[in-house]
Amino acid sequence: MSGYILGALAAALAHGSVRVVDLTLTLSPDFPTIVMPPELGQSAPFRMERISHYDVKGPAWYWNNISFGEHTGTHFDAPIHWFTGRDLPLNSVDTLPPADMIGPACVIDCSKQADEDADFLLGIDHILAWEQVHGRIPQRSWVLLRTDWSKKSGAAYANLQSDGAHTPGPEVEGIRFLVEERGILGFGTETIGTDAGQAGHFSPPYPAHHYLHGNGRYGLQCLANLDLLPPTGALIFAAPLKIQNGSGSPLRVLALVQERSTG
Amino acid sequence: MTEHGPKRHAKNPLQRTRLPLLPPSARSRRAHGLTLAAASGRFMLQCCAECGRYAYPARDACPHCLSEDLPFRDAPPRGELLSETTIQVTSDPYFRDHMPFRSGLVKLDCGPVAVVGLHRACGGPGSQLELSLQIDRAGQAVLFAKPLLETPDMENDPQWRELTAHPKDRRVLISDGRSPVALPLAKALARAGASKIFVGVFDRWKPFETEVAFDAIDGVECVDLDLTSERSVQDLARDIGAKVEILVNTADHVRPSHLFDAGLTNSAREAMDVTVMGLMRLAQAFGPIMRVRGADGFAGAVAWVNVLSVHGLSSQPKFGVQSAAHAACLSLSHWLRGELRQGGIRVINSFCGPLDTEWYQTVPPPKVDPRSLADAIVDGLIRGLEDIYVGDVAKDIEARLFDNPKAVEREAGR
Amino acid sequence: MVSPRARQNYDGVVLAVPVTVPYQRYSIETAHWWMGRALRALADGAGISHRDFDGFSTASFTMGPDTAIALTQHFGISPRWIDHIALGGAAGIVAIRRAARAVQAGDAEIVACVAADTNQVDTFRKTVANFSRFAQDASYPYGAGGPNASFALIARHYMDRYGATREDFGKLCVAQRENALKSSHALMKKPLTLEQYMSARAIAEPFHLFDCVMPCAGAEGFLVMREDSARGLGLPFVRLLSAIERHNAFPDDPVQERGGWLMDRDELYGMAGARPEQMDFVQTYDDYAIISMMQFEGLGFCGIGDGPQFVRQHTFTTDGSFPHNTSGGQLSAGQAGAAGGHLGITEAMRQLMGIAGGTQVKDAKLGLVSGFGMINYDRGLASAAAILARA
Ligand SMILES: [Zn+2]
Repeated sequence: MSGYILGALAAALAHGSVRVVDLTLTLSPDFPTIVMPPELGQSAPFRMERISHYDVKGPAWYWNNISFGEHTGTHFDAPIHWFTGRDLPLNSVDTLPPADMIGPACVIDCSKQADEDADFLLGIDHILAWEQVHGRIPQRSWVLLRTDWSKKSGAAYANLQSDGAHTPGPEVEGIRFLVEERGILGFGTETIGTDAGQAGHFSPPYPAHHYLHGNGRYGLQCLANLDLLPPTGALIFAAPLKIQNGSGSPLRVLALVQERSTG
Repeated sequence: MTEHGPKRHAKNPLQRTRLPLLPPSARSRRAHGLTLAAASGRFMLQCCAECGRYAYPARDACPHCLSEDLPFRDAPPRGELLSETTIQVTSDPYFRDHMPFRSGLVKLDCGPVAVVGLHRACGGPGSQLELSLQIDRAGQAVLFAKPLLETPDMENDPQWRELTAHPKDRRVLISDGRSPVALPLAKALARAGASKIFVGVFDRWKPFETEVAFDAIDGVECVDLDLTSERSVQDLARDIGAKVEILVNTADHVRPSHLFDAGLTNSAREAMDVTVMGLMRLAQAFGPIMRVRGADGFAGAVAWVNVLSVHGLSSQPKFGVQSAAHAACLSLSHWLRGELRQGGIRVINSFCGPLDTEWYQTVPPPKVDPRSLADAIVDGLIRGLEDIYVGDVAKDIEARLFDNPKAVEREAGR
Repeated sequence: MVSPRARQNYDGVVLAVPVTVPYQRYSIETAHWWMGRALRALADGAGISHRDFDGFSTASFTMGPDTAIALTQHFGISPRWIDHIALGGAAGIVAIRRAARAVQAGDAEIVACVAADTNQVDTFRKTVANFSRFAQDASYPYGAGGPNASFALIARHYMDRYGATREDFGKLCVAQRENALKSSHALMKKPLTLEQYMSARAIAEPFHLFDCVMPCAGAEGFLVMREDSARGLGLPFVRLLSAIERHNAFPDDPVQERGGWLMDRDELYGMAGARPEQMDFVQTYDDYAIISMMQFEGLGFCGIGDGPQFVRQHTFTTDGSFPHNTSGGQLSAGQAGAAGGHLGITEAMRQLMGIAGGTQVKDAKLGLVSGFGMINYDRGLASAAAILARA
């Protein structure tokens, strides 16, 4: 049975009827990281220092040392990342059940709203409206919030104002609904966090982190190319680095997308 | 109002860049007492502790009473010109590049007679002169005399210019535009005649409100520069490395902390990355090109300024990480000084007490206005200093360290 | 203060075998080579083996790291008395003084006094750069002008104070060149006019090209012995009548305007039983004409500050009213390092022996030679002089 499915998948990939979409942004030193008040601990940005480049430090080879925080670039949040998930079993990236690294995705397109309002919040009404069209969100699926934010860069991407960042994200009740009523596997965004830029002022603060991780669910952020995914039907591969007791990690996120059948 | 466009003559691309040479640098160990004084702009000569008479050149016994107790003491920086010459011919390669050289014999008010370099504005024999001890291109102290009264364009005297690092007609890189001292520094440098001021800005994706103020200064250009990124530093050097004649490293990372705080090593690593490693990355990228441009015309590369905390000299517990980072920077600066000296580039360290800025909010006065720090740095360049102590706290620590370093350590943080 | 007592005279001390190894502008040889040539000429001139020199006195700037002791092995001699005199332009006179006492006391019978320096392409710069601790610390870093710059400061002050002019200096230089043209030893073979002197390029104001000596390679030597020894060897000789030396004289003069001769000249003439005006010629140490003028003053040929007037009143060629630096001096013969202090001595010996050839001063019976040296910082520290007489 499985041989039959995987063989068919392999053929479809070879044939092109199943496409692989890369949902990952490039790790580079000038990519924005989450900004915390300066007296708090900070996430290290991506850095690369050369070991050798076919030179005296290594005549035939080129390689680098790299460093970054766990939550840098396109990255995965494990439940242990938030206090609400600290006592759950299998809550760190090294104990993450491998089955959870692959799952279907529902893509909710809020790009218009986010374009008009950087502080756009995804509420229950938006979710229900989406379900009206695409059907009920299946359990254990990723919900990806499409805002086209990944098409921005630099200051526009971070969108820091004197009162903090202004980027879209889920409303308290919206994320709660997805976790508790729909039983999603995880929630993904194109912005620096799974939460909205101003979510520190919500109650509870940072509700996506609060509810997702408190219920053993996952987060993906800084995703790209969500506009290439269908609202339903894509299969997400999101396997973070196996870091002992790690709270998350940069990763390559891939989506399998079946071309709409012409027959 | 300065006219637009570079005042400096564009270089003839067919002409070779002259390589830096150094003036004669051999000195007796005793003569380095003069170096110590010159580094901070003081005029000190040996003064006999037994008979009270001054002696020069530096020696190991008083010629009047043979006392061995000959400490360097502040001396009145005045004298009368007895005789002078203008040297046209020398066999020394450095001075061959700097002929003619005016020198004179000066009867110092405190007694001894000294051979000195003479500013061209000085009158002939019989003139009263103001003397100073200067660090020359080889890093050694020399005596220089100027007239008592300033005359126009004094900074253009070729001999004097070799002994200073005047920003006039030179291009400057300020490494961290987000530093509170960067904006007043850019203004002060522009006032002093710098022809171009590059201002490095890290994390351009974060708001940078002062950019407008920088843009309003004639000759300022903000450039991407993140000292924690090797690539960023190297890329900027590839772009403008050959256009930087004065580099001022304003990078700092101040976070009050306690040594036993959880996670301290993380913030310490950040601080070290910005300050120590940042300085090292800057040195690697800009050092080599500055070093070969030390004799590149009237406005060749001339100085590297490190803006350091005086607590790099003696730890301040509340700012222990910054103290340690700046102590490491100080050590690194001595290394850098040794390397850059080969190109005649002066490494200046400014040691500043707490600034009157956010991170020092809880520190009681006296604190240093960033404008005062900026002015002190430009003054140090103009006078050709090597160590600049800015503010009452820094001067206090300097004096107390000179007196008893252990006492400074025991009293720190009280 | 030790009370002064009469010095022992130099009766019976003579100088023989004046040797000059012809100078070269540049040499690829070492100072040792030059000294070897001088020693050989001394032995040949004396008609004995160099191993018979039981006293050996050297002076050189470029012999490092060797001194006289190393040279004994180098040249295969076993003297019982040696001396190395690091006094530059005063070394020649001082060598005479010390050697004279040695032969008087019987510590040595024949003292070979040699001075030699080479001039390789970078020799002069290195010598100047490492001349003394004070020079290294406090004068060389000021334009690295070397002695030209240091003496320019002295000259400028002397001109301001006593009214000397460049023409006065020029007159001495031109006269010496005239003498040099008659000498077989001088490197400078072209005539020099006052106009050429005046219009030459500046070196260190007020000095122009012809105020400065030309560094070169060369060696000078002579033998000091008792008259009995000279007669025994059948050597012509000249007598040493008197000699003085003085170091760091007048340290409180802010700028040097007199040398140490002034302190000891009465003794110099007293021992010799002569007066200045009895000198048939004078060989001064002429690293610069201004220093020659200080010697005229210090040695009593005119009053202090009267040097310019004295120069204007006299002529200085071998047939002049004041025959001076008859071989052309260092200014025209070249300055072979420390041998510059011996140049006047060998020339004076030739004059008094009547073998000076083209430069011979008629009927020369008494001559004065003076030395000056070691601009340690802002002034020359060593001054010395001797009076020699025809035998
Ligand atoms: Zn004393």
